[in-house]
Amino acid sequence: MSTRLITVLLILLFSFDRAFAQNPDDIFRTDRLNALVFVVIFSVAILLYTRWAKQGKPLFLRKIAGLQAVEEAVGRATEMGRPVLYVPGIDELDQIETIAGVSILGRVAKITAQYDTPLMVPVRYPLVYAAAQEVVEQSYVEMGKADAFDRDAVRYVAGEQFAFTANVNGYMMRERPATNIYMGAFFAESLLLAETGNAAGSIQIAGTAKPEQLPFFIAACDYTLMGEELYAASAYLSHEPLMLGGLKGQDFIKIIIVILIVIGVILASFNVSDRFLGLFEAV
Amino acid sequence: MELLQIWVMAFFTLALFSFLYKDNPVYKLAEHIFAGLTAGYQVGLIWDTIILQKLWDPMIGAGQWQLLVPGVLGVFMFARFWPRISWLSRISLAFVMGTTAGVFLVTELHGRVLPQMQWTMLALGGENGFAATILAIIVVIGVISTLIYFYFSKEHTGIFGGAAKVGIWFIMISFGAHFGYTVMGRVSLLIGRVQFLVEDWIGSFSTIF
Repeated sequence: MSTRLITVLLILLFSFDRAFAQNPDDIFRTDRLNALVFVVIFSVAILLYTRWAKQGKPLFLRKIAGLQAVEEAVGRATEMGRPVLYVPGIDELDQIETIAGVSILGRVAKITAQYDTPLMVPVRYPLVYAAAQEVVEQSYVEMGKADAFDRDAVRYVAGEQFAFTANVNGYMMRERPATNIYMGAFFAESLLLAETGNAAGSIQIAGTAKPEQLPFFIAACDYTLMGEELYAASAYLSHEPLMLGGLKGQDFIKIIIVILIVIGVILASFNVSDRFLGLFEAV
Repeated sequence: MELLQIWVMAFFTLALFSFLYKDNPVYKLAEHIFAGLTAGYQVGLIWDTIILQKLWDPMIGAGQWQLLVPGVLGVFMFARFWPRISWLSRISLAFVMGTTAGVFLVTELHGRVLPQMQWTMLALGGENGFAATILAIIVVIGVISTLIYFYFSKEHTGIFGGAAKVGIWFIMISFGAHFGYTVMGRVSLLIGRVQFLVEDWIGSFSTIF
């Protein structure tokens, strides 16, 4: 509780510092009112759905093949007596995809803890290292396997993209993990990793929101989570009300977006859309 | 000196390429040197560009004492070495993750969601001409069907499933274009490496032998 309070206070302190560093008359950006309206609608939707999820109301979510495969893939590693390799992307912790990757790692670590399967998590940045270690340790503790937690399971490999890739590729060929899971932000190394994992005979599940890397994962992996499926994954795997509420809230926003687009297209077709289009002006 | 540089670069290029055959001691050597060098380089880089230039100099030189807060948050990360106070590092992690989510919410809305909505609201027909109308129809159908594909609260069956299938076609066509574009980029990188080996490295043979 005290950790949360200190964090909130720090964020507030910096927000005020940034706001007052600019023109004091310009603290409220009226040109960004449209974003505020969206944020409010978005937040209300998420809060409502979270509340319903907590009350035990059934919230339907369709199945995603790649996510159902995670548990099977870890089970396969257990049967084969080989490790699971989990790469939470190669970007910093201040990227939303990395946060999603670390969040899914928590669920995967719970499964490896349950089955006593070795887990290997190579990371590229110190902050991701700390977060991943924290998440894996917590998962082992929650599964009642605190003693089985190996601090070396999360490993800082290298700070440079291709040095990191060379090291992980070497690991794949030497240790031959049964399952490789790539979840997070990936760049030019995506195919290098996935192709090596394929050559090593591992089952591979990937997820990223980088459209330019997704084709490579689709070509070389058994299952791929595309774009928003990555963000949805943690909600699916955890079934926590907070996560489910977030996902359902996003779906609600998508309906609103589609309705607004249809209205915009109709107005534009009748050449009366100027004021309506102005509502979506981004500054 | 330049000659030595070329030979070192050629050795490491060939050592890394040797992985195409199989994992071997030369690749392993190159891999470890590469990883070790970058780790060492990063320490120097972070010391100079972050700790000195962004923290120490502005704080001590320009009196920006508010930077003490991120400085302390950074120091908290070292608390991980002592189990009794390791909880302090969670404050730093929570700060980064919390601000990331908050900042991205607004920047993504303004940078992507709102502009993309605006650009999708295209006139179908009117004075734009036939080709522009066809393009507008493709864009509108593409965006809406892709959004339907990523709608998780309903099973992909019936008309809804049909729309989602159209969405996946749009997604796959976009991936195909990305794939081709990226492969072209990778091939040009390979050409650059081969050019270096043939022109610079093999070219240097005449100087030595």
